[in-house]
Amino acid sequence: MEQLFQQVINGISLGSIYALIALGYTMVYGIIKLINFAHCDIYMLGAYIGYFCMTRLQFGFIPSLLIAMVLCTVLGIAIEKIAYKPLRNATRIAALITAIGVSLFLEYTTMFIASPNVRSYPPMEGILAEKFTVGGIVISMQQILILLITIVLMLVLQFIVRKTKIGKAMRAVSLDGDAAQLMGINVDSTISFTFAIGSALAGAAGVLVGVYYNSINPLMGVMPGLKAFVAAVFGGIGIIPGAMLGGYVIGLVEVLVSGYGNSMYRDAVVFAILILILIIKPAGLLGKNTREKV
Amino acid sequence: MKILERNWVKQLLLIIFTFTIVQILIGLNIINDYLQVTLATICINIILAVSLNLITGFTGQFSLGHAGFMSIGAYMCAIITLRMPTLTGFLLGVFSGAALAALVGFVVGLPTLRLRGDYLAIATLGMSEIIRIIFLNLKITNGAAGLSGIPQFVNWFWLYLFTTGTVLIIVHFLNSSHGRACISIREDEIAAEAMGINTTKYKVMAFTIGAFCAGIAGALYSSYFYFIKPDLFGFLKSIDVLVIVVLGGMGSISGSILAAVLLALISTFLQSFPEIRMILYSLALVAIMIFRPQGLMGSREISLAIFNKWSSLFASRKGRV
Amino acid sequence: MPILKVSKLTKSFGGLTAVSNLNMTLEQGELVGLIGPNGAGKTTVFNLLTGVYKPTSGTITFYKDGMEKELQGLKPYAICKAGVARTFQNIRLFKDLTVLDNVRIAMHKNVKYGLFPSFLHTPSYQREEKKLLDQSIELLKIMKLENKKDELAKNLPYGEQRHLEIARALATNPSLLLLDEPAAGMNPAETAQLTELIEWIRERFHLTILLIEHDMSLVMKICERIYVLDYGTLIASGTPDEIKSNERVIKAYLGEDVSNA
Repeated sequence: MEQLFQQVINGISLGSIYALIALGYTMVYGIIKLINFAHCDIYMLGAYIGYFCMTRLQFGFIPSLLIAMVLCTVLGIAIEKIAYKPLRNATRIAALITAIGVSLFLEYTTMFIASPNVRSYPPMEGILAEKFTVGGIVISMQQILILLITIVLMLVLQFIVRKTKIGKAMRAVSLDGDAAQLMGINVDSTISFTFAIGSALAGAAGVLVGVYYNSINPLMGVMPGLKAFVAAVFGGIGIIPGAMLGGYVIGLVEVLVSGYGNSMYRDAVVFAILILILIIKPAGLLGKNTREKV
Repeated sequence: MKILERNWVKQLLLIIFTFTIVQILIGLNIINDYLQVTLATICINIILAVSLNLITGFTGQFSLGHAGFMSIGAYMCAIITLRMPTLTGFLLGVFSGAALAALVGFVVGLPTLRLRGDYLAIATLGMSEIIRIIFLNLKITNGAAGLSGIPQFVNWFWLYLFTTGTVLIIVHFLNSSHGRACISIREDEIAAEAMGINTTKYKVMAFTIGAFCAGIAGALYSSYFYFIKPDLFGFLKSIDVLVIVVLGGMGSISGSILAAVLLALISTFLQSFPEIRMILYSLALVAIMIFRPQGLMGSREISLAIFNKWSSLFASRKGRV
Repeated sequence: MPILKVSKLTKSFGGLTAVSNLNMTLEQGELVGLIGPNGAGKTTVFNLLTGVYKPTSGTITFYKDGMEKELQGLKPYAICKAGVARTFQNIRLFKDLTVLDNVRIAMHKNVKYGLFPSFLHTPSYQREEKKLLDQSIELLKIMKLENKKDELAKNLPYGEQRHLEIARALATNPSLLLLDEPAAGMNPAETAQLTELIEWIRERFHLTILLIEHDMSLVMKICERIYVLDYGTLIASGTPDEIKSNERVIKAYLGEDVSNA
């Protein structure tokens, strides 16, 4: 029983990370119908920026986190303007291929500049190294922090989307870009803003992972990226609560399969979930079906 | 779809001629060991690109899982030839590998091909990853260490035979009514259905044929390079093939062949700089999509009419079937 | 002798009922019109008849060669094979393919060779292909598109594109042809030409035709009977004269001018 609770705690931490990454995928897909393959590499770059801040510049955790978020935001906006905007009216395949290209570019450039080797975050000190034991279960301060930061960020996101003008603009553009433009909404800045938020969240996730799991490498984004994307699809692509829900479900499933089943197959299980949800309900758990007008 | 159709006698002569010339060059060691590797890579990539083009370029079904089918062919052939290191064993390995790949393609294709665009892309990516993870964990495939010492049966003859064979079959298919049915799905799926075409049947058909050919390519790979492991057939490999198809032009067979040759040469040239190669690759990918998304050939084919100009022997009418 | 019987056909999308309890009968050889204001559900009816949508309830029965066949629930290609062809309101040609290919693809269901002959281009395959080619060119000659057979469909002028839409539908060898606003975007001269064409193909190909149109000059001239739809329900049916003087129809759609014409 304790085992189970321990796994659940671990699953929630992992799920928080997936949720943060999944939010970026889902928002971008919702607004321009693009699977941003490069998103997971922004997450990776967030981790590297955090690493650089903490080791070379000797900054603390919070400043590093914020810097990473800001720089990732800038990067996300830049990528959109340079690589995706020219293809806004192209076929979906063309946009997808471009996203793949950007992703590969980020990965291999990082490999070239920072070496493909694994690097380690400096060990955390003070409050961040604390652990608590409740019953027979160990909860680390880091895990609490991950959950807290994730919840705070998600609440901020919800606030932005539901209560601000820009949030309304985001929702409008994802429903009908042309109509939104006719209503006076600046579609370009709305799209940039969407990329900005998504990238900020991914950057945060990168730093959190660096602190929690300790090791980073240029290809660290690929698998989590794919799984976060599965999470987004599972919850309902384009739907923000769906990404949050999906992230936690996939995180828990992965940890439980690893703990109780065969850890070798845990990745395969996640992909199997993807295929199943695409066949059974492609719109995702919280999604609605839309029709093409004939 | 009017590539090389007229006058099969001329076609046959051209095929035999090309084979002989290269064979001679190999014999004289003008095409030395190093270049032979490039040649093998070209042939295998041609098979992969043409078969992916059938699925993605001609039928419009975006598949990111081609490497998965290739790996099935590779492992089947390796496993069989390791136990039966004869020519019969090799041929058995090739065809059973291709058949198994086709079967998986059929089984996976049936439920997933009703998904559109990006959804289909990730579903095929997921399928390919599942295949890779399975191979990573089975005992018979020796897991992450892979299989080595695979008996080498593949030489220029087999490479050429299988390459020209698959290309001809696919070209013939595309020039037929079945092929046109597939193309109409790419053009407008709803209109195609309204004109009496069972779109599900043809999507699955194209997918299965593509998978079969990818299986052949995989088998050839394992029997030439004598070492395979699951990571060789991951997402990156699927992307490699997609780059060839996109560069050549989705919807152009001759484009795929051209691009396969071009990229194999570039790849060989940049072999000592793997990261730079990938950086250039990825930049090229983005640049092509922004500035020339139709690739080198778009959806046109090289026509033999080019030869009209300097040889009356090759005079082909501009007629099309 | 009826060719099509639609009984209590209903289609709802969630809370919205697009077509409600539609009853319609088409006799063999008839030329029938389906009119009504925009949004009345006319194209939805076509989509239901051709299997693009599945009815929420109701039946569609097709009669051919003495046999009857229920069409509801069938996929579009099966309905096409049964003998029902259609054109699209917004022209759905295979734009990047030639005129010839557009027609040849529609002839696909007549093709007799299997997969392996097509891989190998056997002599029997080549004979079938020649036959297909000849039949396609014949049809293009009839539709006066033969000299443009190698032209890409997207490069044709608008009027010819509409002709090609019709030619392509005819290539599927239908008994019942559904034309969805074939005169949309045409000037009076082109419309007059189209009117003649529709009557002519009805004769030549022994067709029954159901026609959606907004152009009343076309409808009133050639339709033998007319069904009028409004908000998804049938509000009137009858001969053109009857429809012209039907008050409900005048109020909903026609207006005073046409009824006085």
